[in-house]
Order: sequence, then C-alpha cells, then structure tokens
Amino acid sequence: MFRYLIPLIVFVVLVAFFAHGLQRDPSLVPSPLIDKPLPDFSLPLLQSPDTVMTSGDLGGEVTLLNVWASWCVACRYEHPVLMKLSQQGTVRIVGIDYKDTRREALQWLEKYGNPYAASFFDESGEVGIDLGVYGVPETYVLDRNGVIRYKHVGPVTDEILDETILPILQRLRQEESS
Amino acid sequence: MRLMRGVVALLYFAALPVAAANVPLGFDEPEKQQRYEALLEEIRCLVCQNQSLADSGAGLAQDLRREVHTMIDEGKSDAEITGFLVERYGDFVLYRPPLKRSTWLLWFGPFVLLLGGLAAVVLFVRSRGKIDDDLSPEEHQRATRLLEENDEK
Repeated sequence: MFRYLIPLIVFVVLVAFFAHGLQRDPSLVPSPLIDKPLPDFSLPLLQSPDTVMTSGDLGGEVTLLNVWASWCVACRYEHPVLMKLSQQGTVRIVGIDYKDTRREALQWLEKYGNPYAASFFDESGEVGIDLGVYGVPETYVLDRNGVIRYKHVGPVTDEILDETILPILQRLRQEESS
Repeated sequence: MRLMRGVVALLYFAALPVAAANVPLGFDEPEKQQRYEALLEEIRCLVCQNQSLADSGAGLAQDLRREVHTMIDEGKSDAEITGFLVERYGDFVLYRPPLKRSTWLLWFGPFVLLLGGLAAVVLFVRSRGKIDDDLSPEEHQRATRLLEENDEK
C-alpha cells in the first residue's frame, strides 16, 4: 500500500523545492564583501572636484552607501525613498556617482533632490569594480567601523526599507550602545 | 537604389561610435594574447549572465576586459586575475563553477543520477526475466512431460 504513495511524496517534495526556488531571483549575485571592511579607495567628490575623500572617511557612524547615476532609470525610482530617509535624518546617506558625467549628475541632483551628505565621483567605474558593483543602483549598509554588513542590489523600495534595511540599522544601533 | 546606398552609408557611420566604444583590446605578444583570450572565456559577464567576457558587449564587461588586460600587462598570473575578480564578485564570476565541497552536488550529481537510473533499469529487467521456479520435483517432472507431449502434437 505504501509504495503507491511514493510518487505522490516525490511530487510533493518537488513542488516544495520549486515553490521556494521560483520565488527567488536567479540573477542576484551575493556579495563576497559582507562582513568585510569597505575596500580602500579614494575619489574626488562630485560637488567639489578638488576635494578627495577616502573610504576611511566613512567610519564613525552607520552609513548607507548608495551607488547611483544620472543615466540609471531605476535610481529615479528609488530616489523618493532616499529623499525621505535623508529628510527624516534616520541615517547618513553617502553616494557614489558611477560612470557618469559631472554635469549630468549635478543636473540630476538639482532636478530630483540631493539626499546625500556627499557623493563620490567614480567616473571610470574602477572603484565600482572593487566594490563588486554590477547593476546600479546598489546600496551598502556600513557599520560605524566601516564594515559592510549588508548589500542590496536594485532600487530600495519602501518595502525593502521596512522589511530589511531599517531592522539592520536598528540592530547596528543596538550593537553600538551595548 | 541610390536611397538604399545612402541608408546603408548612414547606418555604417551611425554604428562607428558604438564600434569605437567597444574597441577590442589586444596584445602584440602572441602568448599574452592567448592568455587574454583564454581568460575572457572563463569569466562571466555579470550583466548578461549567460555570456562570458569574450562575448558580452555590456559596459561592465568592457571595464572588466580592460581590467584583465591591465593585469596581464602588469605581469599577474591567471590565478591572481581570477582571484582578484572572485574576491570582489564571488564564485559566480567564474564561468565554470569551481570544484569545492559546496559544488560537488552540481558537478557529480548528474553522473550519480545517471548511475542510479542505470542500476534501477538493470535491477528491473533482471527481476522481470526471472522465472518463479518454486515447483516441487514431481510437479517439475509433470510439467516437463506435459510440455513434451504438447511439442509432439
């Protein structure tokens, strides 16, 4: 009697695997940089080309490092979420303007608003390679020691903010106070 | 006809900027060139993820090709170059997944399944062909006799 149930059981197990797998995005590449310190780099700032800052300057407080560009359509989609975050003062947001032109980037910020405390200007995309950037926008959550604790690829939506990023920020804040 | 030629000429010139942007990088020394081409086939373009750096026209692919080219120029070994990329992008950047414990299932799984399937088939065919011979010696004799009688008829 039992052996007639075997195909059914196999089927149910397969369905479970498919149900889990089909809900995931196969094109997402997990970052090997999680829990590692932010790679060293030094770049000029977008708004003051004569000022050069380094990755080390990002230590000291929990930071959201957001890779964006004026040519990136999805960045426009997440922009209101970042604007809201910056207006609420929840967390410091620093940008990396990736493979862009200064003029167009500045125009874009002028037009849509600037949520960034500052934006690095990675014209060639070389720093992007060091960070493992493959699809703009990408957002890194850095703790106050400059260690990458989380990376989100794709636009940050309200949902992702509430479900993933804000809880991580909270956890990092708790770590700080303990 | 004249219009056609004009359109073709226009298309040709329109394509030039794109061609210029995607200038193929190369080496004068043939062995460096060989290494370069071989490496490009082994590295995945993370934008068009089913293409290697040799095939992809994406911006990131160009950047990575330039990076590989620079590293070969600097005298880095193949292992150092792939190591550099894996450090930043993870194992997925290698077009062929590395053989590690976590990928044993991926590499050996199909062969294991094949062997398992073959074993199942062999066992099944064997069990089918077996005659269920549990007759006693007298019954066996009687059966043989009956069959011989049948053949004679």
